[in-house]
Amino acid sequence: MVGAQYFTGIDYLLSLPVILLTLFALGILLIDLMIPTEWKWMNAATALIGVLFAAAGVLKVQLVQRELAEHGQRAEYAFMHSLRMDHFAIYFTYLFLAGAALAILISVRYLEIEREHHGEFYALILFSVTGMIAMAAGFDIVLIFIGLELMAISTYVLVGFLRSDRRSNEAALKYLLLGAFSSGIFAYGLSLFYGLTGSTNLGDIADGVGREMAAHHEHATPVMIIALLTTATGLFFKIAAVPFHQWAPDAYEGAPTSVTGFMSVAVKAAAWAMLLRVFVWGLYPLRNVYLPLVVFVSVLTMTGANLAALTQNNLKRLLAYSSIAHVGYMLLGLVAFASVEYPAAVTDGFRGILLYLLVYTFMNLGAFAVITSLRQRDVIGDDIDDIAGLYSRAPTEAVLMLIFLLSLAGIPPLAGFYGKYFIFLSLVESGHYVLASLAVVYAVFGLYYYMRIANAMFMREALDPSRLPVSAAMKVALGVSAFATLFIGLFPNSFIQLVTWSLS
Amino acid sequence: MPQNYIPIFLFIAVVGFLIPVTLVAAKLVRPENPHRTKLMPYECGIDPVGSSRGRYTIRFYIVAILFVVFDVETIFLFPWAVKFKALGVFGLVEMLIFLTILIVGYIWIWKKGALDWV
Repeated sequence: MVGAQYFTGIDYLLSLPVILLTLFALGILLIDLMIPTEWKWMNAATALIGVLFAAAGVLKVQLVQRELAEHGQRAEYAFMHSLRMDHFAIYFTYLFLAGAALAILISVRYLEIEREHHGEFYALILFSVTGMIAMAAGFDIVLIFIGLELMAISTYVLVGFLRSDRRSNEAALKYLLLGAFSSGIFAYGLSLFYGLTGSTNLGDIADGVGREMAAHHEHATPVMIIALLTTATGLFFKIAAVPFHQWAPDAYEGAPTSVTGFMSVAVKAAAWAMLLRVFVWGLYPLRNVYLPLVVFVSVLTMTGANLAALTQNNLKRLLAYSSIAHVGYMLLGLVAFASVEYPAAVTDGFRGILLYLLVYTFMNLGAFAVITSLRQRDVIGDDIDDIAGLYSRAPTEAVLMLIFLLSLAGIPPLAGFYGKYFIFLSLVESGHYVLASLAVVYAVFGLYYYMRIANAMFMREALDPSRLPVSAAMKVALGVSAFATLFIGLFPNSFIQLVTWSLS
Repeated sequence: MPQNYIPIFLFIAVVGFLIPVTLVAAKLVRPENPHRTKLMPYECGIDPVGSSRGRYTIRFYIVAILFVVFDVETIFLFPWAVKFKALGVFGLVEMLIFLTILIVGYIWIWKKGALDWV
């Protein structure tokens, strides 16, 4: 028996981004041991180069796939169908890399101010992106679960990175306990699906579940309903949907601000990628069974999060509830997807979710970048009073923050509008008029609490009138986020094409 | 398919039956001769002194975690050693990659001083 027969070169080529990220993360761990304290920014540079290399790796995968497609071959599956580098996975990989790069840029100065500048921070970010790629590209529930755990464990440590800060420690412990609990429920549901269908491959699970449904006149058996409920509970925990959202505000508030930004975009996008993989590729035959569940959870999420966000005075908590509210809107896209037959639906609700995640990455990370820059040696800077009078302290930042907030609220010429627009449109087209109007009403709630921040920035006096120092890396991150938010809003066509491509 | 779960329910039924039966049978057969000393926790024959809920130095936890990591490493190495010839060069390369990742971690904890016992 010769070993080489197990896997061919294409298997390794498709996992090139993962391999590169792992190598860079290990490299950072070793380099960090050798360099003195004042050279720690080198680690951030290494991590950025690693992200660029991984992006180049994805590009290489795309080029090879295109070349093979010209010869009539499809090279999507790797490692015995457990990894699937299709357009969906490639789209999400780029999204994770963009989120990680921006998070690294806003972290450098922040960690110096917190006096916790260690190379492990950047290594952990790269490791967690590795896990995310496994979640998005995984086509086997075992690989998806391992990816989930790799991402989650790295994030638990990142949340508790401020070792001398009690809030950070408490947040990390809460996140660890609830995260482990939800992973357990999720694994339980997956194990039941394995028991029902005899396979861990998502494609085989879809076939098996479809056969079972056909054998029972399109009614789900009790075991199947338990399996679906537990799997869905685990997934809803991970995307922080009400009523499984309680960990999110606590973890977001206690985590270092740049990590909060990273969690609210990249980690959330990874959880969404996993949810879509499981619900769309694995459990598509059950869509009529999970449709009422998703409707229920999305209405609950929009209601709970928008009402809770109205009264928050801590900026990180406010944005945590706002990010839960955005999950509610995105779940509506899943509703639209699940309530129409496959070929028509896949172009709308699903497309809406992917576009929403793209614009959300830039606008939300931009808002968190501004909040991160409020942290100074003697100011914690995550209260709404700390952002008061920002216009007089740092006019450019205040205007950029206004752009991000308006985009989060979904005001037309900005990117956030198109995220919401496609989801609401798909809802109307699939006949959910009540849900669509409810979502629009809650978007008005959103406008109120975002404008509370804007009001504090422009209309109130600053507590400390000194100018706000902004590092060069932060300026780059803010510039990129603001550019993307404006550009996607003004020229949405090419991005809609991109999203359509990612589903082909 | 639900009928595939029948063996599991059989196991549960057997366990549910066996536990009370053995307990009751032992109760009937054994001589009844209670003594205070018999109720004490037994550890190497030494009298247990003090509470076990005290605070330990964090080093115990670090050593425990490191032990688990390298324990699992050995568990991975054993099957590979047994099937060394069948797996050939492919297995060797895969194992070297696995060991490289672990050795990076080993160098890291060594440099960080986790292995220095006070």
